Amino acid sequence: MAARAIWKGELKLGTGKIPVKLYSAVSDRSVRFHILDDKHLMRVKQHMVHPDNGDEVSNQEIQKGFEVEPGKFVIVTDEDLKSLEPKPSREIEISEFVPPEKISQQWYERPYYLGPDGDENAYFALAEALEKRKREGIAHWVMRNKSYVGALRAQDGYLVLLTLRNANEVISAGDLPKPAGREPSKKEIDMAKHLVSLLEGEFNPADFKDEYRERVMEFIARKAKGRAPRLTAVKSKRKTTSLDSVLTKSIEVLRKRKRAA
Amino acid sequence: MPPKRATRKKESTDGDSRVRPFWSGTLTFGLVSVPVNLFPANQASRAPLRMLSPEGEPLARKYYSEKTERDLEADEMVRGYEVDKGKYVVVTDEELERLAPEKTRDIDLTRFVKEDSIPPLYFERGYFLTPAANSEKAYKLLVEAMEETAQAGIATFVMRGRENLVAIFKDHGVLRAETMRFADEIRSPAEVGLPEKKKVPPATVRRFETLISKKSKRDYSPGKLNDEQAEALLKLVKKKQAKPSNVVRVESEERDKGNVIDLVQILKRSLSGKTK
Repeated sequence: MAARAIWKGELKLGTGKIPVKLYSAVSDRSVRFHILDDKHLMRVKQHMVHPDNGDEVSNQEIQKGFEVEPGKFVIVTDEDLKSLEPKPSREIEISEFVPPEKISQQWYERPYYLGPDGDENAYFALAEALEKRKREGIAHWVMRNKSYVGALRAQDGYLVLLTLRNANEVISAGDLPKPAGREPSKKEIDMAKHLVSLLEGEFNPADFKDEYRERVMEFIARKAKGRAPRLTAVKSKRKTTSLDSVLTKSIEVLRKRKRAA
Repeated sequence: MPPKRATRKKESTDGDSRVRPFWSGTLTFGLVSVPVNLFPANQASRAPLRMLSPEGEPLARKYYSEKTERDLEADEMVRGYEVDKGKYVVVTDEELERLAPEKTRDIDLTRFVKEDSIPPLYFERGYFLTPAANSEKAYKLLVEAMEETAQAGIATFVMRGRENLVAIFKDHGVLRAETMRFADEIRSPAEVGLPEKKKVPPATVRRFETLISKKSKRDYSPGKLNDEQAEALLKLVKKKQAKPSNVVRVESEERDKGNVIDLVQILKRSLSGKTK
C-alpha cells in the first residue's frame, strides 16, 4: 500500500520551483516492548512529582525552566517558546551543492523520499542531473515548527532528503587523540591489507538479516503459549595468540575457501 | 510519547574517571580479534528544559500503576510484549541476552566494501571504538589496513537487546562504527507509491546540471551547521535572566550531578589507555 505524504513543499532552485511531497523512507521493525508493573502486568503511567514529598504536580501547574547554573533556573513560558518558532514556509531552499564525500556518515540522521507533486519532468530531470554531477544539495526548510538542514541527493533515480545533525551533536574524530600503544610493523600491515582484500565485496544489504529480531519474536510466541524454551547462558571466549601467526593463518583459510568456491 | 526501549540504561559515572562503555566486545577480521569498547559519537545537542513545580522546584518523573495509583520502583517494573489487546508476555534482560545468536555477540567483519558504496539512507547512529585489554596493536593494524584500501568493514552484532547492521570506518586513526538500518527497514520507491521513473528531455537535465555547477562548492564542512533554534533560546534566556522575577533558585545541590557526561573527555581517556 502506498504511504501517505507527511508534508508538501517546493524545492527552490535558482528562480524555479519544483513541487514535492515528502514521505518517510524508513519503516521501523524493532520489537516494541512496554513497561509493565510486575504485579498486575498492566502498562504503567507516567507523572511528574515533587522531589521532596512525592506529590503529583499537574500539567497545568508545571512550568519550564532553563538551568543557567546549578540550581538557578530561568523560567521559559509557552509564549516564549512560541516566539522562537521559525516562520512557517513551504520552501526547501538549496543553498549550495557539494561533493558527497564532504559529508561524513556521522551527519546523516533520517531519510525521506521526495515525490513529484505535479511537474514530473522537472523532478526526474533534477534527480538525473544530481546523479550525473555527483553532487548533494544542502537543503534548508521548516517543517512542523522546526527548522531543518538536510542533504538532497539522488538515489536510484529518485530524490531523497536526509536530515543532518547539528554541529554540537556530532563528536569529530579529528578532535580525538590517536590511540596510544605500539605500532604494527610494515609486514603485519601488508598481511592485514591482503586479508582485507580477500574479504572484499559489494555492499549488498539484502545479505544481512535481523536474525535476532526473528528469534525474539519466536520466543515470545512460544512463551505466550506457555512453552518457553530453556535458554543457556552466554560464555565469552577470548584467546590471545601472536598477531603474525594469526594473520598468516587467516590468509591461508580465506585463500582455501576462495579456491573451493 | 513513544514507548521507551526498556533495556536502555543511563550511563553511570563513578567519580569521573571510570565510565562504563556503551558496549564492550570483540571486533574480529579473519582470525584476528581486537577487544574494543564502544562509546556514542553523537550527543544530545543541549540540555533540555527542566520541568519545575509552581515554586520552582525541579520535578522528578515517576512511573505509577493505574490499578494501585502507587509510584513504582525500578525493580517493580518489567518489560512486556503485547500479544493480544491488554495481554502481555514478559521478557527479561537475561532472556534477551541469551537469545542472541552466538555469531552476533562479536563484531565479525566478514566483508569489506568501498567506503562510498553505502547509500546514506542506511546510516542511523555513530559510535567510536577504542582499544581494550592491550589490543592497541591489533587495533592500529586494522586502521592502517583500512586506511590504505579505503574499505569499510560490514558486520551484524547484538547490542542492548537489538541486532545491528554496522559499518566500521577508519576516521583520523580511530575506528568509527555506524549502525545501519536493515534492508527491510528501508522502503523502496514502489512501496512508498512514487511514480515510475520516466524519460525526460535531455535539455531539462542539462539545465539543472548548469544550475548545480553554478551553485557548487568544492569545500564544505557540516561542522558549521548550528542549531539556530537552540541558539535563539539561549539568547532569550540571557535576556530574561536580567529580570529577577524570571529566575528561581533551589537549594538541593546533590541531585543528578552525575548525569552530566563529557563524552569527549571519556573518549580521550579511553584512547590514551588510561581507563583502568
